[in-house]
Amino acid sequence: MYSEKVMEHFRNPRNVGEIENPDGVGTVGNPVCGDLMTITIKVNGDVIEDVKFKTFGCGAAIATSSMVTELAKGKTLEEAVKISKQTVAEALGGLPPQKMHCSNLAADGLRRAIVDYLKKRGEMDRIKELGLERDLEKMEKGEEDDEHEETCET
Amino acid sequence: MMPYLTERIGNPSSLHSPGLEARKALDESRERISKFINGDGGDIIFTSGATESNNIAIIGTAMRNSGKGKHIITSSIEHMSVINPCKYLQKQGFEITYLPVDRNGRVDPDIVEQEIREDTILISIQHANGEIGTIQPIEKIGKIASERDVYFHIDAVASLGKIEVDVKRANVDLLTISSNDIYGPRGVGGLYIRKGVKIQPVMFGGGQEQGLRSGTENVAGIVGFGIAAEIMRKEYKGEAERQARLRDKLIAGILENIEESYLNGHPTERLPNNANLRFSYIEGESLILNLDMEGIYASTGSACSSKTLQPSHVLMAIGLKHEEAHGSLLFTLGRGTTEAQIDHVMEVLPKVVEKLREISPLYKKER
Repeated sequence: MYSEKVMEHFRNPRNVGEIENPDGVGTVGNPVCGDLMTITIKVNGDVIEDVKFKTFGCGAAIATSSMVTELAKGKTLEEAVKISKQTVAEALGGLPPQKMHCSNLAADGLRRAIVDYLKKRGEMDRIKELGLERDLEKMEKGEEDDEHEETCET
Repeated sequence: MMPYLTERIGNPSSLHSPGLEARKALDESRERISKFINGDGGDIIFTSGATESNNIAIIGTAMRNSGKGKHIITSSIEHMSVINPCKYLQKQGFEITYLPVDRNGRVDPDIVEQEIREDTILISIQHANGEIGTIQPIEKIGKIASERDVYFHIDAVASLGKIEVDVKRANVDLLTISSNDIYGPRGVGGLYIRKGVKIQPVMFGGGQEQGLRSGTENVAGIVGFGIAAEIMRKEYKGEAERQARLRDKLIAGILENIEESYLNGHPTERLPNNANLRFSYIEGESLILNLDMEGIYASTGSACSSKTLQPSHVLMAIGLKHEEAHGSLLFTLGRGTTEAQIDHVMEVLPKVVEKLREISPLYKKER
């Protein structure tokens, strides 16, 4: 069912844990649906110096979380917000179709961590500039991402 | 069964010698299987599997008896091959009562009795649940059904070959069985129909199997099914005892050694080969993948792999929260399960659970 790359990240997930006193925290998913992840970041200047994750979920949820942290580490905020679900899936050599949306939330989690960081610093203009207004709005309303909302009826 | 795939290829409906030989083989299988469930010999029809048997049992009785009434009683934890035919009948104007079950997955016979109406024509309850292992009080329900003159169908797929299945003792009118669940070949099932039960086919054609299941019989498969039934009839009791002991060891070992682990299903009224457990803070599929790497093949009630993300209807019906259902894991034992394998699970599982809990954001948060 899963690609070798997915299984490899699932077996040996990178960057597991929580950063102490993180600069930004992003949480996405819902345990009711079977997926929940928290991403913490440490930002230095404009660069994501460190990133860690914790995930409750299936194999794909764990592998995508691991991959996102690997892709984001060392990137500028501008580069990091461009990491999409598609990017993550491609980096993992593809995901089964039914896992594409429901269990591929880590990119959203990362964006939320960046929003959290910028918000704490009062950099609202930067949120707008990076195209993260919708993420901010959803975080404030406590909403899931659109696709997750649709597929997970609670 | 091999000769029936190679040289003995007569059509059992033909009158020539090879045909009669095939007919004889079918009837011998019918006898063997009927004997296993304490039937009267010719009262089994062969199908392509339990799904077809359940469809014929439910739709076939409903259609044939709709003049008497259009109400059917079943439970909320039936197999989809019972639930979906019921849903289909609802669209055709039938009324279906889906009985609740308690925390252990048991149907209350008193509630069955209360739900019977003037227009109730069928009660369909599984003998045991394949997912949580709970055994239903079918003798009590059968007695009620018989007293109130309502047909009683049981789905015995999960129970046959594990616990006693006796159509007379439980006053059964219709009973579904499957070959592959007693180590027979796949693609064969049976439906016991007590003599005199009014039922009609759901598939129409040449009128094989007493007119109830048209289409040339799968002779080789049916022969295999019959042999499997014969072997199981002789061996199942000893095997059930052996498996129950291993199952108890597994369950006790897990509950003792893994914090916040719980048993799903009934603690005692339970199939000897079933251990369904849940673990807080983690998700079933990740557990399965990790166990698979260690050569342990378990299943899950979690629907994370399905499109809807809906957890198993059985786990929801026994009152689990979504996250509890997602963290459930099913071990089934079989003839090949050894004590060493159980010990291996006990060695591996605590580590896997611990590893996944370390990754889980729920684990730390809640302590």
